[in-house]
Amino acid sequence: MTTATLRLSRADRPILFAGLFIFIILVAGTAYTFARFGSAPLLSPTYLLQQLQIGAFLGIVAAGMMIVILIAQIDLSVPWTLAAAAMMATSIGGPLAIPVGLGVGLLVGIINGIGVAYLRVPSMIFTLGVNAVMRGLMVAHTGGYAPQTAATDLMRTLASERTLGIPNALFVWAAVSVLVAGMLQRTPLGRHIYAIGNKEAAAYLAGVDTRRVTVICFGLCGLAAALAGVLLAGYSTKAYQGMGDAYLLPSIAAVVIGGTNILGGRGRYLGTLIGVVLIVLLNSVLSIMDMPEAGRQVIYGLVIILMLLVYGRGDRVTS
Amino acid sequence: MLDDLAIRLRQNIGLVTAVLLFCIFYLLYNLAHPRGFSSAVLVQNSDEIFALAMLAMAQTVPVLASGLDLSVGAVMTMVGCLASYLLTGTPLPLELLGLHLGTFPGGITGILIGMLICVGIGAFAGFVNGCVVVYGRIQPIIATLATGAVYIGIALFLRPTPGGKIDEDLNWALTNSLGDFASTVHIFDDGAASWFAPFAWIPVPFVLLALIALLVWVPFRRSVLGRSVYAVGSAEGAAYMSGLPIDRAKIAAFTLAGFFAGCGGLFLAIQTSSGNADIPQAGAYTLNSIASVVIGGTSLLGGTGSAIGSIFGAMILRVISFFFRIFDIAPLLQPLFEGLILLAAVSIGALRVLRVKNTLELFR
Repeated sequence: MTTATLRLSRADRPILFAGLFIFIILVAGTAYTFARFGSAPLLSPTYLLQQLQIGAFLGIVAAGMMIVILIAQIDLSVPWTLAAAAMMATSIGGPLAIPVGLGVGLLVGIINGIGVAYLRVPSMIFTLGVNAVMRGLMVAHTGGYAPQTAATDLMRTLASERTLGIPNALFVWAAVSVLVAGMLQRTPLGRHIYAIGNKEAAAYLAGVDTRRVTVICFGLCGLAAALAGVLLAGYSTKAYQGMGDAYLLPSIAAVVIGGTNILGGRGRYLGTLIGVVLIVLLNSVLSIMDMPEAGRQVIYGLVIILMLLVYGRGDRVTS
Repeated sequence: MLDDLAIRLRQNIGLVTAVLLFCIFYLLYNLAHPRGFSSAVLVQNSDEIFALAMLAMAQTVPVLASGLDLSVGAVMTMVGCLASYLLTGTPLPLELLGLHLGTFPGGITGILIGMLICVGIGAFAGFVNGCVVVYGRIQPIIATLATGAVYIGIALFLRPTPGGKIDEDLNWALTNSLGDFASTVHIFDDGAASWFAPFAWIPVPFVLLALIALLVWVPFRRSVLGRSVYAVGSAEGAAYMSGLPIDRAKIAAFTLAGFFAGCGGLFLAIQTSSGNADIPQAGAYTLNSIASVVIGGTSLLGGTGSAIGSIFGAMILRVISFFFRIFDIAPLLQPLFEGLILLAAVSIGALRVLRVKNTLELFR
């Protein structure tokens, strides 16, 4: 009995260990700030909320990325989908800004999905091409300069204002999280996603329209990237070139650290959430420590390897 | 005999298409270029192609073993930054170790040792990747994403700002034609020997590329280890049951990738005469290397394809960007065209979908 409760299920281990690691980061960071400045900003709710507000953008991107990774694909077009949505939203302006921005993301996602599902081009390469096309379109649209258009008031309210002392961006992130987690666990679509990730041929034979589900997944990922772009534009009051570049690899890392198998079919949304928090806190501790970019990159890489060595090891192929 | 040829052609259809496509593109380019078919144009093009061609070869080997190496750009950048310290042409503190790094060609041993160290570090970085993948049992794509961050960190540590210097003679000798090479290193009567004249126009990077492909890739492919890499890529379980050294094959694949990426970084440093820990550039090279591999006819699922095809894939990508220069396409539209051409190229492979008789065959 005791051994059974002690032995963690495979899905719980990443969540537990990542949570533990977040705790270690907080303790180590606080010890550092206390020794150096005599204060403990990492434990103040204001500071944490501010960090999580910035983390919300990464969290929303990661939610979309997770859906795509669960069906054993990947979306490399996130950076310029995000930027394109932000630029389109700011240049349209008015009440239509947000719908247009999200529409751009959805459209890009659906194009990705059609390329991967119906043309059967590997997602790695197709989304890479789409990313280049989106970059080209945006460069042609803006003339290569920072766009002069500004975010609408609604975008700013959603991204940087607070309600009851809590940043609105966190509410948006929470809403996205509830929707994605609910979709993955409670709907047929969620079941289909896990089934396709495990074996697409089997899912197809079981009567799932796997190609349609694939298109939906990429559409959702594009939508999530666009939402993050619209919010980010609201947060920084404008869209800018390359605003999405910093979100591609961290979002993949967050999903994987959260225990989602990069080969698809396995992973829980809670893990992705914790993975995002881990990366955001790690970043903020490193910036408190004034760590130069070189050290950040090294630590970043080592943390990913370490976490995966603890709980993300694959099976040995023996047959 | 003819049947045999037809079978071989069908097996290497990807490679053949890539070679043909490149020949057509390059012919058109030279016809359109005001100084087409001249040694100067050839030298310039091969300088610009070399680094990407090396990275495309680097990417091919892990892809054949159905892994993906997202750290090739990072290894290239790291080795480039290292080279900007080791190949300066002036003696370094390394003399303490009994190594005399001198100027080129006077201190040719110094330069050679420096180059060996650079390439060796590249191969070692690849070896580390292989060990993380094999013994850590972490998926290659995510393991190399992480190690890539570490290598970029090391590169930034070496060169926080672009700088450093490469021996000027070395730069001149390796980025020009064979004739210039001979006159710089004083061989073949400074390149004036009569028998040498017919070869003097050939660009050095082209010769290096051919040498590396013939002396490293071809023997590797024919070795047991090389065949094991292909076997692991097409069916790892079957390879294991057949008693092939799958762990060693995977480590070898990643080590070789590191070696090729190191060669690319070394050349890039020599060509630009500096070291630059440019993160966007590293990312762009990594992604372009994947594109080159696919265009060169290697399946991302592993098991089929070759590094030679990837070289042609890289050359096709580069020639496309050469076209922008001569056809006067607005620089703002170039990224758009590059993306569209890449999408068109990979979508041609989608024609396969139309010929599939059983839908299940799609879900490999």
